[in-house]
Amino acid sequence: MSALDKYIVTEHDVLIIGAGGAGLRAAVESSAHGVRTAVICKSLLGKAHTVMAEGGMAAAMGNVDDRDSWEVHFADTMRGGGYLNNPVMAEHHAREAPSRVRELESWGAVFDRTKDGKILQRNFGGHRYPRLAHVGDRTGLEMLRTLQDHGIHQGLDIYMEMTVAALLTSGGRVVGAYGYDRERGRMRVWRAGAVVLATGGIGKAFRITSNSWEYTGDGQALAYEVGAELQDMEFVQFHPTGMVWPPSVRGILVTEGVRGEGGVLRNSEGRRFMFDDIPELYRNQVAKDEDEGWRYVTGDKHAQRPPELLTRDHIARCINREIKAGRGSPHGGVFLDIGWIKERMPNASEHIKKKLPSMYHQFKELAGVDITAEAMEVGPTTHYVMGGIRVDGNTQMCNIPGLFAAGEVAAGLHGSNRLGGNSLSDLLVFGQRAGEHAAKFAKSNPAADVDVAQLERETARALEPFDRPNGENPYSIQHDLQNVMQDLVGIVRTQSEMEQALDRIGGLNARSEKTGVVGHREFNPGWHTAIDLRNLLTVAEAVTRAALDRKESRGAQFRDDFPTKSDECSTFNTVISKGGDGAMKLERRPISKMRPELTAIIEKNK
Amino acid sequence: MASHTANSTESDTRTVVFRIWRGDVNGGQFVVYPVEVTQGMVVLDCVHKIQAEQAQDLACRWNCKAGKCGSCSAEINGKPSLMCMTRMDMMPVGEEIMVEPMQAFPIIRDLVTDVSWNFEVKKKIKPFKPRKPDNADGSWTVYQADVERAQEFRKCIECFLCQDVCHVLRDHHKHDEFIGPRSMVFTAALEMNPLDTEDRLADLKNRDGIGYCNITKCCTKVCPEHIAITDNAIIPLKERVVDEFYDPITRLFRMFRPKS
Ligand SMILES: Cc1cc2nc3c(=O)[nH]c(=O)nc-3n(C[C@H](O)[C@H](O)[C@H](O)COP(=O)(O)OP(=O)(O)OC[C@H]3O[C@@H](n4cnc5c(N)ncnc54)[C@H](O)[C@@H]3O)c2cc1C
Ligand code: SF4
Ligand code: SF4
Ligand code: FES
Repeated sequence: MSALDKYIVTEHDVLIIGAGGAGLRAAVESSAHGVRTAVICKSLLGKAHTVMAEGGMAAAMGNVDDRDSWEVHFADTMRGGGYLNNPVMAEHHAREAPSRVRELESWGAVFDRTKDGKILQRNFGGHRYPRLAHVGDRTGLEMLRTLQDHGIHQGLDIYMEMTVAALLTSGGRVVGAYGYDRERGRMRVWRAGAVVLATGGIGKAFRITSNSWEYTGDGQALAYEVGAELQDMEFVQFHPTGMVWPPSVRGILVTEGVRGEGGVLRNSEGRRFMFDDIPELYRNQVAKDEDEGWRYVTGDKHAQRPPELLTRDHIARCINREIKAGRGSPHGGVFLDIGWIKERMPNASEHIKKKLPSMYHQFKELAGVDITAEAMEVGPTTHYVMGGIRVDGNTQMCNIPGLFAAGEVAAGLHGSNRLGGNSLSDLLVFGQRAGEHAAKFAKSNPAADVDVAQLERETARALEPFDRPNGENPYSIQHDLQNVMQDLVGIVRTQSEMEQALDRIGGLNARSEKTGVVGHREFNPGWHTAIDLRNLLTVAEAVTRAALDRKESRGAQFRDDFPTKSDECSTFNTVISKGGDGAMKLERRPISKMRPELTAIIEKNK
Repeated sequence: MASHTANSTESDTRTVVFRIWRGDVNGGQFVVYPVEVTQGMVVLDCVHKIQAEQAQDLACRWNCKAGKCGSCSAEINGKPSLMCMTRMDMMPVGEEIMVEPMQAFPIIRDLVTDVSWNFEVKKKIKPFKPRKPDNADGSWTVYQADVERAQEFRKCIECFLCQDVCHVLRDHHKHDEFIGPRSMVFTAALEMNPLDTEDRLADLKNRDGIGYCNITKCCTKVCPEHIAITDNAIIPLKERVVDEFYDPITRLFRMFRPKS
């Protein structure tokens, strides 16, 4: 009997972990290069986070405003990211997004159309021109379904409802992954020549979040464990508009598309408070009054955007300020009003239902609010992590040979703050690149032997909680962690609170070593939570350490004790890796150099 | 400014008794769980609360909690529903709430069923085949009015509640002969996509069992996306099948003017 007999072992050229937009796009590309490609996902196919994306995907196609170009998109992305972005990635993204979107159409996506029959594009925060290709407010569903339905005919091996719990390395490169199937709890080994991580974000580290149970930072943590570097982890995006009421839906996203269609923010005094605080960087790009703002959202090319379409970090902080100053809504948010547009257009009610059907539905059914007539109550919610695995901007490979990352799990494109709509396009552009380069890598690096001792260690670790039926409840540790991160490492940060958070995370780490689960291995969410918890704790610590080290406020990070940007901090990215002693190691790495042509583009678009 | 009607700020708590089916292929039974329910909670919140406090290993699927992913399908008081969109304050007060897995699919555990059949069926349906691009950049010129019907069908979140309620599958187990309402909606989205050039009518008639549907409209009633499954997808497909195979005039006409 071989040592591998207790595992279900399969062999592939390229193994893709994650079936969201990034994972599926990578899979389609990899298989197009003629290599055996497998995809693993924790949920059923078609349920990944991408399915929830609402507003659209950014691509400078210029269908609505022909002044748009990749250069402007590039400059917008860099400005939004506080210039910590990897310019190589920002350039690829801006240049390639239009073809990636058109390609989706050729695979069956059915976008909303302009009057002259092109793909329609809408306004979004931080984008100079209407740029988001969309389908009402269910763009993510359209994208994911298109990739899924196209992908199933590309000869992929798809492993649904399976969780990867460790990456396997040997001889300094990645050789596969180890995990279990959720249905039966059987242990599995996927051997592969190259591995692409496309596992998404970390939102479950916070109490109020738009993210699902899947977002436990698995990819970031698994890569960290085998020596990969994590970059920019301090930058966690708090989306300004999540639902605040009723309590059970707190955090669920209200798309920026509402503001793109003319929705405005008001405080309890009825004031459009966003006009009160316009950041210097955007001074020239904001409407001077309500009237100009409305003209902008209805397509007047000479008008500037309303302040509700500034970047997310800024709006989230303004909302926070209003709430703290006692000018919030009854349930601790502010008002987001789209119904007001009936003063400006006929059939406003129908228009809203047509443009924002799922928002209409969501508020009607979950909060009993008719958004065509009443204002919504909204407040900030943890939404997205800009940081992640540090990768090469051309190939998406990280410092571990054969290990690639794409989508939300990777860092670089968004710098300190992501513009809305730049994630879906990110998934397509870098999913494609990761798939291509992983396939090339796998062609010259066949699957190698796995280290059986490593498998044994992982299995022992995974099954331990069953030996402690009276151990710590994994749900309550997760819950406590979410409170620590929400309260101490949230929208407004200070040194003392974050130091306290690190302390508390240490304590939670110790408790997590003693988790206990009841029942057996078949579809046991308690057990799954216990395993995911390890990852969540790793990323929470990384976020906190990086945030502590960055003594400035930039993009998504706001430090009460350092409320402004610092020149010194504009020169580096924070990089975290596992030190030789097993402790977390932090470095400041100089930001990537930019080609002079790109600098010129930024200057021109200032 | 539009006025906001706050329902009520204080949260009134009450205890509701849940009867949840627990078991696997070897059988199971309903287990009773009392749950403290506060305002605004949905059934999925209650299931999560039970998981966190009383039954760690209670199996269920979910992702978005907002009716967007179609993961949390179950039968609540006998009605196929999304647990995340079923509000507790819509449920009859004072009565127990029964939650059980979908009946049209094999059980895996507790509220989780094996829905893989749906994925297999989809794979057999001929994929999208667009006409040649209209423009040099590889794009097409298509107007909003022409895509609206396909867009209605593409709202489908693959919750499979319609499959669950359809008597052809649920009671008569014709899974080998009938692809079910979800797959009809999928086929309709392809057939009514203005760019598509594939022909799926013969498959619909022979392999997919469109004739089994006797237009009871039960599927339409449970669809959380409010897709008019029967009226807009199945009936038009049935008409196309009839035109293609039983109407000699249309058939002749088609011979001389192939599908564009
Ligand atoms: C409500 C909402 C609305 C949004 N709207 C927009 C928008 O309008 N525009 C925009 O650009 N962006 C939007 N975003 C952001 C965007 O949707 C996400 O950043 C993006 O979809 C992430 O895609 P991904 O492919 O990286 O990961 P995901 O789509 O999250 O996929 C991750 C995959 O990895 C799998 N996985 C994770 N861990 C493991 C493991 N351990 N083992 C196996 N598999 C694993 C998961 O099962 C899943 O299949 C929105 C996000 C949310 C939450
Ligand atoms: S209308 Fe047809 S498909 Fe729908 S439930 Fe009835 S028989 Fe099934
Ligand atoms: S058609 Fe409706 S009920 Fe059927 S799977 Fe799709 S969303 Fe669910
Ligand atoms: S959890 Fe997504 S539909 Fe219910």
